[in-house]
Amino acid sequence: MMALLPSVSLLGTTALLFEAPGELALSSQQRIWALARETQGWPEVREAVPGMNNLMLTFTQPPRTTQALDALEARLYAAWDAAVALPLQGRVVELPVVYGGEGGPHMADVVSHTGLSVEEIVALHSGPTYPVYALGSHPGYCYLGGMDPCIATPRRKVPVLSIPGGAVSIGGAQTGVSASAGPSGWNTIGTTSMSFFDPAQDPPALLQPGDMIRFRVERVVR
Amino acid sequence: MIEVLSSSALATVQDLGRTGSLRWGVGTSGAMDKLALAAGNLMLGNDADAAAIEVPVFPFKLRFGQDCAFALTGADCAARLDAQPLMPWWVHQARAGQVLTLGPPQGGAQRGSRAMLCLAGGVDVPVVLGSRSTQLRGAFGGHEGRALRRGDVLRAAGAGQACATGFGLVPPALTLPLQVDGVPAVRVLPAAEYPGFEEASRAAFWAGEWKITAQSDRYGYRLAGEALRPLAPMEMRSHGIVPGVIQVPHSGQPIIQMRDAQPSGGYPKFGTVIEADLWRLGQAPIGSRIRFVETTWDEAVAALDEVQAWLDKVERLVELHRSAPRKN
Repeated sequence: MMALLPSVSLLGTTALLFEAPGELALSSQQRIWALARETQGWPEVREAVPGMNNLMLTFTQPPRTTQALDALEARLYAAWDAAVALPLQGRVVELPVVYGGEGGPHMADVVSHTGLSVEEIVALHSGPTYPVYALGSHPGYCYLGGMDPCIATPRRKVPVLSIPGGAVSIGGAQTGVSASAGPSGWNTIGTTSMSFFDPAQDPPALLQPGDMIRFRVERVVR
Repeated sequence: MIEVLSSSALATVQDLGRTGSLRWGVGTSGAMDKLALAAGNLMLGNDADAAAIEVPVFPFKLRFGQDCAFALTGADCAARLDAQPLMPWWVHQARAGQVLTLGPPQGGAQRGSRAMLCLAGGVDVPVVLGSRSTQLRGAFGGHEGRALRRGDVLRAAGAGQACATGFGLVPPALTLPLQVDGVPAVRVLPAAEYPGFEEASRAAFWAGEWKITAQSDRYGYRLAGEALRPLAPMEMRSHGIVPGVIQVPHSGQPIIQMRDAQPSGGYPKFGTVIEADLWRLGQAPIGSRIRFVETTWDEAVAALDEVQAWLDKVERLVELHRSAPRKN
């Protein structure tokens, strides 16, 4: 679904979700980064949390009335219109990946959904340099942009109760690497080893929005 | 010192949760029943967000290594201190060497599912990224970043301090009841993808009873009921979510995000259980049934005020007890 206009929706009384219009794009994400920087200074906002071409604002206190809520939403739309792309430039981190086999239990599902061979999927997945759009899901996890739409595969009908840390997976039009073991609705196609998070460090996460990830094919298991 | 004597898993150290680290992918964690945590702490003269032990699996036993005042809130677990039965929602005094035992929740259909054990001064564990709550997924916070196990030793920051004890509260399940046709209920604000579901599914969501399945925990409650069908398949971009969000994966069986929920997700969002009612869900046992009630922004804000008013009342009541002359 491609929205033509930005939208704002409620996450209970805890937060608002702003969604940028159009196709998923780095240029939109750069405006999301700018909007996050702007709104983080608003008194109503506890945390401004970028997602994939969207931004969640959690409240310090929820606006007292629907009128106050409407006013906040109007300010948010105006701030989006005024937002100028913030081109963050980070470092490039290379991750060696073993594709398929035990570490890639859902490769067959991606094959059957896309109609491509394992080799084609691996080539398309390891080709690009992926910009980190945002962190989310679990400590240190990066949402990446730039995946080839040819290997897009819907999230699983029922989430898997636990996938291991280092799992390289595809969910819809996105790809990512899990930073620790936990439940996931994505299709795991490979595995890598890298420590993405340390709560004792400042910042605690290895990667920031604007950094880049490159997947290097270490091995393909058939 | 307090020694855990049970091997029963899943008891964790929790406070009111971790804010400020969502942008690193760190969810909030925190007590599943925040009213029980805050009230228990207030009864002890602690800050409302002091860390406590949340117990979801029974029996659970621990031994006090020194004198320590404690408050038991949340589910009524037929607690005993050595052989002596204890009142729920009450402040007690343990002497060094005494063993506290929590049994399975009682109270029939009205029973809760999680006991909260608050200790004088709070559980003394390090603050990590602004909170003492256990971050199970990230394996940090709480006690060594994990659930408690037999042999663990915890410290109460205020052990040995004189505390007013021997008083209690009427639990919020009785003073702030919410039911529909005799079934426990929670209020829900519709979310972004609500209009994207079939009208029949939307009607069934509000009219039906939803069973909390065995695959439910601090991360989320997986419900069973009439499948919710979208008008067309929806693939969302990953976005921030909060505890209470009701996601609908392709199976059509909803999942309510709870306190250990991920801070982001991508399944369509049907609605959000309002923050003011999440404690009710935190106490709903596996296998029990719940109903959903559609609410509005103004009602949801008023519900938060109602919770705060209850806590203010608790604080005043505690003040009366603590300033009253002690009877021996």
